Amino acid sequence: MADDHTVLMDGAGIKRALTRIAHEVLERNKGVADIVLIGIRSGGVLLAEGIAQQISVIEGWDVPVGAVDITLYRDDCSGQLPHHPVGKTDIPFSLEAKKVVLVDDVLYTGRTIRAAMDALMDFGRPKSIQLAVLIDRGHRELPIRADFVGRNVPTSQKENVQVVFDGLNQPIEVVLEK
Amino acid sequence: MNLLIKNGRVIDPSQKIDDTLDLLVENGLVKEIGKKLSAPSGVAVVDAAGKYVVPGLIDMHVHLRDPGLEYKEDIISGTKAAVAGGFTSVCCMPNTKPVIDNKTVASYIINKAKSEGFCNVFPVGSITYGLSGDRMSEMGELKESGCVAVSDDGKPVNNSELMMRALQYAAGMGIMVISHAEELELVGDGVMNEGFTSTELGLKGIPRVAEDIATSRETMLAEYTGTPIHIAHVSTKGSVRIIREAKARGVKVTCETAPHYFTLTDDAVRGYNTNAKMNPPLREADDVAAIKEGLKDGTIDAIATDHAPHHQDEKDVEFNVAMNGIIGLETSLSLSLGLVESGNLTLNQLIEKMSCNPSNILGLNRGTLTIGSVADITLIDPTGEWVVDADKLASKSKNSPWLGQKMTGVAAATIVGGNVMYKR
Amino acid sequence: MAEFKHKHIIALRDLSKEDIELLISTAESMREINSRDIKKVPTLRGKTIINLFYEASTRTRTSFEIAGKRLSADTVNITTASSSTTKGETLADTALNLLAMKPDIIVMRHSVSGSHYFLANKINCSIINAGDGAHEHPSQGLLDLLTMKDRFGRLDGLKVAIVGDITHSRVARSNIQGLTKLGSKVFLAGPPTMMPPGVEKLGDVTVCTSMNEALQDADVVMMLRIQQERQGKTLMPNAREYSRYFGLNPGNIRLAKPGAMIMHPGPINRGVEMSSSMVDGEQSWILKQVENGVAVRMSMLYHVCGGELE
Repeated sequence: MADDHTVLMDGAGIKRALTRIAHEVLERNKGVADIVLIGIRSGGVLLAEGIAQQISVIEGWDVPVGAVDITLYRDDCSGQLPHHPVGKTDIPFSLEAKKVVLVDDVLYTGRTIRAAMDALMDFGRPKSIQLAVLIDRGHRELPIRADFVGRNVPTSQKENVQVVFDGLNQPIEVVLEK
Repeated sequence: MNLLIKNGRVIDPSQKIDDTLDLLVENGLVKEIGKKLSAPSGVAVVDAAGKYVVPGLIDMHVHLRDPGLEYKEDIISGTKAAVAGGFTSVCCMPNTKPVIDNKTVASYIINKAKSEGFCNVFPVGSITYGLSGDRMSEMGELKESGCVAVSDDGKPVNNSELMMRALQYAAGMGIMVISHAEELELVGDGVMNEGFTSTELGLKGIPRVAEDIATSRETMLAEYTGTPIHIAHVSTKGSVRIIREAKARGVKVTCETAPHYFTLTDDAVRGYNTNAKMNPPLREADDVAAIKEGLKDGTIDAIATDHAPHHQDEKDVEFNVAMNGIIGLETSLSLSLGLVESGNLTLNQLIEKMSCNPSNILGLNRGTLTIGSVADITLIDPTGEWVVDADKLASKSKNSPWLGQKMTGVAAATIVGGNVMYKR
Repeated sequence: MAEFKHKHIIALRDLSKEDIELLISTAESMREINSRDIKKVPTLRGKTIINLFYEASTRTRTSFEIAGKRLSADTVNITTASSSTTKGETLADTALNLLAMKPDIIVMRHSVSGSHYFLANKINCSIINAGDGAHEHPSQGLLDLLTMKDRFGRLDGLKVAIVGDITHSRVARSNIQGLTKLGSKVFLAGPPTMMPPGVEKLGDVTVCTSMNEALQDADVVMMLRIQQERQGKTLMPNAREYSRYFGLNPGNIRLAKPGAMIMHPGPINRGVEMSSSMVDGEQSWILKQVENGVAVRMSMLYHVCGGELE
């Protein structure tokens, strides 16, 4: 396992990155007004909660956090559907005129983000959608870029990048699998 | 053609023969049986070493579908299937179109079988005119025109008074009545045996008591009138018990069962298999055991196939819509030999039930190899293996639950009136 | 990760515990869509679903139609009055003709038990059973399971009483299959004329000698529809007497656990299998069952599209 397994970030590194993203979100949006965080199931939701926690520490304000499951919006449905169980989308607030920060763990082809944006549009008309990711590993297949990036990691398409969470849903490391 | 069948194991229960013997056939009759017979000149010699040589098998219950339903089967294809299954005689049921309730139809069948058929065909006339269930056929004329029994097979004569009168009248004419024993109200629109399988599959069941009640009525009518009766296709343990008790009281009742009733249970219906749909329906394991016991102790006199050909379009449909019945002529011998293999019957008993008894019940004057008798002879290869292949069946219809299955024991040759009509 | 590997959903008898749990959990996720302002997701965009109904049914057909539409499939309804093959087209021919239109899923209701298996051997699209004869009604079974899970959070260990004509009920069969696979205990009651032989062998099933015995300490009481045109002839004297011995009312519901759920697959004969006060009372979950129907059917449509050949 050790040979094909590189740790890219440890728990402390992840926390620093989330803190920096929180600062950047606040700076770009000039404060917390109208900001909502939406995590993409399942990793993105946990990271969105991490960012919200940092914003709370910095600004003393709890921004709303929602979750979106993109299974029903995937673009590989026209053939055989994947076998994934459908996760629950949970957005218990209006997105109308909100500044949505979409959060995912790893940005890769961009197809997940496309699906997530389509899903969000079915909930109303946000003022804007920004994208925050912990890792950007390149190889985009759609014209999508992240506004906030924890770390850029050049990878080959054969490799796999994963954010690992512990039993308490806290991120503990980011690993590169060859 | 004259034949000398050499070195076969000749089994003839009618003469209590079971020995390695030679058998000489001359001019369509059995001429001589003995050890090391020499062949007169011009006689074809058949080597029957390792084979059983038995009185020609008789299937007393088939549907040849001719006239009127020739798309399912006709006299030519049906008798071809019969000889392929080792049968030298079949008795065909009257539910043709038109019904065998008059001399014209009976004669048509007999003549067509004689000129184009492969084996003897003995028609069974109807008990009631047009199978209507409301007035008797002309049984005297039916008998005169060659019918060997009367039956409304496919349905019972529901009216008990009419059935009783039919038994009395038929006895007077010297013709056997074959009963399809079912209580129709209890059958209702049922499509399989009522039991756990019907519960699980959600199919309407036919309770066993529907047959038992009718079997009971028939034996009581026969007892009351003192006339003979033959019960067709016995399928339940209740019927076996009722007939056993009636026989013990001296009632002149005989009966038959079919190979599917001692080899299959209603489990075969699972998957909504329409080739496991027949009437009476396949029953349960304890019925199968009772049928085997009844065969063994002599309660059940005969094995008949109830060969019921149906076109693919009539079987390849939803279960409730599918017609009842399966073909059986070509699989009966293999399946029945299984009873010998499993020790349920002796070989001698099996030949009785497939040849001697049917002949005696219906007065066919066959089922024996006595000197001077008609040379209807079946050669059986007890170890011959074959696979039930729809493309190779002689019957026009392929509605068998055993398609694709391997069978052991097969007719090696079927000799009808001294002529080899089938050779494997 | 759980995977659904069935091309068709014909009977809960054919599904494993895990399959059923997956269908229910997906339905729970699908429910969120039904609460949105825009009740539609693009999942089955470009898929064609034919609802082929050989028996009249407003509720089930509408529910499947809405489910298909909320997943963006194109749905077409074909209702045929009679499934008689003596006149007109055979089922196989009808299906082959429909197949020429290249549907992805055929949702069928048919009066003959097992006709979906027959069809599955003839055609290559997915088949969902919307009720076949007295065999199964898997979407009803699943929505009943989901509704019970909503109330109790689990199905394991529940005591479920099912009362009525078990013999002719496809709803009862699907519920028995589903409930016993998921660990519930089923207690059946009804006149012995409506109790099919061997039903206790289908799982953890007890056949009770009276309705009171079945109701005793029940968590769930499921009443079945009495079809007077069917049962009226020989299975029971009349609706009045049936209602007296096998009807649910404020008196006998007290035998069940306090707050026990009351369910009915509909349509209800008020005053026969249950009194109006039971239908409309606080313990009734009947409308919730209908509501769950759409989510369950969305889940079924989604999963058969993803399934592989069995």
